[in-house]
Amino acid sequence: MSLDAKTVTRIARLARIGLEPGEVDSLGKDMGSIIDWVEQLNEVDVTDVPPMIGTGLATPRLREDRVTDGNRRDDVLSNAPDREGPFYTVPKVVE
Amino acid sequence: MSYRITGNTGEWEIVVGLEVHAQVISQAKLFSGASASYGGEPNTHVSLIDAGFPGMLPVLNQECVAQAVRTGLGLNAQINLFSRFDRKNYFYADLPTGYQISQFAHPIVGEGKVLVDLADGSTREIGVTRLHLEQDAGKSIHDQDPTRSFIDLNRAGVALMEIVSEPDIRSPEEAGAYLRKLRQILRYIDTCDGNMEEGSMRADVNVSVRKPGEEGYRTRCEIKNVNSIRYVMQSIEVEAQRQIEIWEAGGEVDQETRLFDHVRSETRSLRSKEDAHDYRYFPDPDLLPLIIEQSWVDELEAALPELPEAKRDRLEREYGVSRYEASVLTAEQAVADFYETVAKGADARLATNWMLGDFFAALNRTGRSIEDSPVSAEGLRELLSLISDSTINGKIAKEVLEDMVETGESASAIVERKGLRQVTDTGAIESSIRDILAANADKVAEFKSGKDKLFGFFVGQTMKAMKGKGNPALVNETLKKLLSE
Repeated sequence: MSLDAKTVTRIARLARIGLEPGEVDSLGKDMGSIIDWVEQLNEVDVTDVPPMIGTGLATPRLREDRVTDGNRRDDVLSNAPDREGPFYTVPKVVE
Repeated sequence: MSYRITGNTGEWEIVVGLEVHAQVISQAKLFSGASASYGGEPNTHVSLIDAGFPGMLPVLNQECVAQAVRTGLGLNAQINLFSRFDRKNYFYADLPTGYQISQFAHPIVGEGKVLVDLADGSTREIGVTRLHLEQDAGKSIHDQDPTRSFIDLNRAGVALMEIVSEPDIRSPEEAGAYLRKLRQILRYIDTCDGNMEEGSMRADVNVSVRKPGEEGYRTRCEIKNVNSIRYVMQSIEVEAQRQIEIWEAGGEVDQETRLFDHVRSETRSLRSKEDAHDYRYFPDPDLLPLIIEQSWVDELEAALPELPEAKRDRLEREYGVSRYEASVLTAEQAVADFYETVAKGADARLATNWMLGDFFAALNRTGRSIEDSPVSAEGLRELLSLISDSTINGKIAKEVLEDMVETGESASAIVERKGLRQVTDTGAIESSIRDILAANADKVAEFKSGKDKLFGFFVGQTMKAMKGKGNPALVNETLKKLLSE
């Protein structure tokens, strides 16, 4: 199975990945074969088997409601491609 | 009476559901140890988790879970002992990870209900579909630079409760009443401060219209991020009007997200349909499902404060106030507490009249709130006790209250300083009245020939002569006696 060009383009847009026109076809084939491979799972009969989320062996560790972090602006901004004073900056977002 | 909008083809009914985002009161954020407090220097209330650094793992804040459970209990809702966090994927500059951690398939709170009181005295039940926990996003600042937007992540990761109503709302008034009731409950339980100006409570408004009696719903539009109750009510009106015009012109309403512009009183399309929501939710692999114990829920329930409706009913019972008076007195918890301090051990009827009358008027006049009232509850109670034991009369008491507001002195100190004790000496009262009657012989004659209304005139003159300090009952009684002589 190959994903059609429209679906590939849509997925790329949702993921904000720019595609060259020539890439759409080959990506459609690649993604199609990934789906085919995963679909082998459908061969297993899971009637009456509840969906598994986690192993059921662990419950989450919760944190206490205390302020233990923050005031580390330089760390936080350390990977920013562009900053202005205390802020990250991005190309203007217009609504 | 049902709310209807009249179009060219007849009457229309509106169908509204609200999604309210309420910021959880907590010290730290939902999944990190950074401060959740409002304000702060830009990007200082931010941990590496909130900033979406690779490899950072979220750890759930237990108090935020407790706050959601408390709120669910306050909404008479189902508490789900099993819930789960999902990733809601979208790209925006103030969302560093590219996804919001939210609860999609398994929210912590299920169906509940809110009873709202309407102006005509009727009550409506508005269903709550669910309440779930999710992260807030950061803040984009667009007006600092011509080509760039600035990003502050202080709010990124702060816990929100999204409270979704059923499409049960049928008028702007009901929408306003629902929001006020929700805010009142949140404030009573202390899970959200309900401050819409600071954005700690905001609403997405889903609006559609249909003909009265029509089955099912027509296409709805969602008006995003409306930040005051008044704007919610206005946006419903203008959006319903817009949709009616489309239907009546033979068109179709498109399902879309819109923005309310209160200056121009219109809604505008916000996102193109092409990018229509496709959030590709999936369970967050960084977080195990949340499983809570019923015994913990029970503990939280036992520790809840008295809720607004229960308090209102109790005030009606214990203090003999009317339903309306009880509603006003329980609108805010602080007002109810103040009232009960005044009314306990005082004449409850007197306490109610004074709270709702002169005391609220004094607050309004001085622009103060109940929290920084110029007169304490104990101070007001003392004033009322001076009325009850006939030390002063009601008219003088008003003067004393004004003095209390101005000087902060106690009622009894003011009464002593100004010599305001009422005169109960019948001899003194009688002599004052005799003077008045002698000076107004013509009016006395008129009174005796049947002009009963003049009685009030004599009372007024007597009180004036006694500088307002006469005991009203004794003045009346003595006047009657002397006039019939």
